[in-house]
Amino acid sequence: MSSTILTTIIMLSLLGLVSAVILYVIAQKFKVIEDPRIDQVTELLPGANCGGCGFTGCRALAEAMVKADSFEGLYCPVGGADALGKIAVVLDRKPIIMEPKIAVLRCNGTPENCTRLTNYDGASNCRVAHSLYGGTTACFYGCLGCGDCVEACRFDAMYMDPVTKLPVISDEKCVACGACVKACPRNIIELRKKMHKDKKIYVSCVNKDKGALSRKACTVSCIGCGKCVKVCQYEAITLNDNLAFIDSFKCKMCRKCAPECPTGAILEIGFAVKEKKVIPEAEVRE
Amino acid sequence: MFKTFPKGGIHPPENKLTADRPVVVLPLPQIVTVTVSQHIGAPAVPVVAKGDTVRAGQIIAAAKGFVSANVHSPVSGTIARIEPVVDTSGYRQTAVVIEVSGDEWADGIDLSTTLDKEIRLSREEIVARCLECGIVGMGGATFPTHVKMGIPTGKRCDLLIINGVECEPYLTSDHRLMLEKGEEVLTGVSALMKALNVDKAVIGIEINKADAIENLTTLADGFSGITIQPLKVKYPQGGEKQLIKAVCGREVPSGKLPLDVNVVVQNVATAYAVYEAVQKNKPLVERIVTVTGHGLSNPGNFKVRIGTPVSALIEAAGGMPGDTGKVVNGGPMMGKALSDINAPVTKGTSGVVLFRETTSRRAEVTPCIRCTKCTYVCPMGLEPWMLAASAERGMFDRVEKGKVTDCIECGSCAYTCPAKRPLLDYIRLGKSTVMRIIRERNTK
Repeated sequence: MSSTILTTIIMLSLLGLVSAVILYVIAQKFKVIEDPRIDQVTELLPGANCGGCGFTGCRALAEAMVKADSFEGLYCPVGGADALGKIAVVLDRKPIIMEPKIAVLRCNGTPENCTRLTNYDGASNCRVAHSLYGGTTACFYGCLGCGDCVEACRFDAMYMDPVTKLPVISDEKCVACGACVKACPRNIIELRKKMHKDKKIYVSCVNKDKGALSRKACTVSCIGCGKCVKVCQYEAITLNDNLAFIDSFKCKMCRKCAPECPTGAILEIGFAVKEKKVIPEAEVRE
Repeated sequence: MFKTFPKGGIHPPENKLTADRPVVVLPLPQIVTVTVSQHIGAPAVPVVAKGDTVRAGQIIAAAKGFVSANVHSPVSGTIARIEPVVDTSGYRQTAVVIEVSGDEWADGIDLSTTLDKEIRLSREEIVARCLECGIVGMGGATFPTHVKMGIPTGKRCDLLIINGVECEPYLTSDHRLMLEKGEEVLTGVSALMKALNVDKAVIGIEINKADAIENLTTLADGFSGITIQPLKVKYPQGGEKQLIKAVCGREVPSGKLPLDVNVVVQNVATAYAVYEAVQKNKPLVERIVTVTGHGLSNPGNFKVRIGTPVSALIEAAGGMPGDTGKVVNGGPMMGKALSDINAPVTKGTSGVVLFRETTSRRAEVTPCIRCTKCTYVCPMGLEPWMLAASAERGMFDRVEKGKVTDCIECGSCAYTCPAKRPLLDYIRLGKSTVMRIIRERNTK
């Protein structure tokens, strides 16, 4: 009886020992040497896997960061300067300073400003609507209101306003990953430089039609008159295809352009109220 | 048993309300808006300027490139402006707006209605005349006819199929044309046969147009090589590939053209336009449009000039009923709801269908239960549910593998879906995206 137990114990121990040796040999032979810093960098990244950096996920960016010699072209918009600073310590490399950005909706085509001419009852998807026809208003450039951008946002920073029928971007939650910019078939959303106290000044229109046509479509459209271009001292405003554009990296927030705009297409958000009337849209955005 | 195509297909209610209404010539409107892109291919380039006076039949926009078509003035008058207008597709495109002063035609156009059966032009001259007169396929796709007629070297054509199917519910413009202008259509077919150098032509007509079949069968005795093929009623038999399969049993392989199975398909209305161009030197400036709908007091088939606003057609049909929900350009299956009823009639406008508010609304969408009804009815043998679901999720590699480029956008899948899913919307999105991806890949 006892010999059976003994044989079993010895047999199993031997089996275990032989297996351990085989496993050890295999583990040594097929060892994958990975830079431990990749794991460290991945830990420091936000882990949202949003793709805002241009890579498939946070780990892919971490691998690229460890591999590269500098941070050139490698930037996590979500983690921002904080994360980059910490990663720079791990990688013992100088961080590059990137301006934080924020997503801005360049359309103010609320039902009040832009009359609805038709009803759309096809698939509720901006890309489908965009491929079918010009939109429910006379504006062929503005927001279609099906909310592809809201669906694309992984940070819960957007929602559709039921009154304005436009998406609203939360300044606190937006990390400028650019997912909404890619989702929008009409290129309405733009990543702009994040200003102090989330102040914003921008042309809230993407209509490239001639003045008369765009004005007919929407009361707050940019008619391409060029008054703002003339008044800007910093050459921040350009006029192309009947559409003014304020470069947020050149803009000094002097606020001279907004009162010049005859249609009120230039929105000032986050400023103390000047003599000009408060635009209802600004209230909604805040 | 009558012939038909074997795979898929549906039987929507026919609703051919205007089948017994003779074609009525509509008076000229005060203003016509002629868009420069009424065909597949490059838009034509306007050759007139603001303030010019034009005569009917005079060229106002010239074809740009090979796959393009000339556009002619449908009326005589003055060019008021050249500006972008919303067309029947819902997009804006350049259009020549003409203030109508009368109906004075350009020189060299024979306006007589006498039948002229003898074709005097040579092969090349017929193709050249089609190009000159801006003839395009009038079934709806508006593919320039001269491109179809010019057979590239190495290809051979032995059969011309004429599409008199008119499988779309409601529409009756081709039906009336076959009844009223039978001999002209057959002469046009003969001209097309001469241009293609074939000795056989088959006109496919569905058996719900028995009078048209009878009329053309009697008349075809006077023309050599033309036979009439009655077909079983089934949508989408008017699709090029379906019609070829139904008429002669040949199957066009995926990604190939009818010419690869030695066939060319033309519409009956195109044959009539070819007759007018070849025998009368008359450019394509007017067409028959069916204006129909259950609420209309006077639905009918109207012969209108290109550029007439759709609203004028509705007015002629008794005015827009108050409960109209949608005005569809084309048939109810493949047509597109108009975003502006002042959009002008184009060469491809075969009908205008008005739907009541109650019937036009799309039903509430419920989840797909994988019943595969859409797969059964797809005439191209695709899996619509898979294509739509993949396109919705942005998985365009799967959409491409599912042969989305073979989709003829007939809408049978969306029609039959018990969950009322907008399958075709997503498939169109997938198709256009995949085609863009393929183009980009090929240019790289």
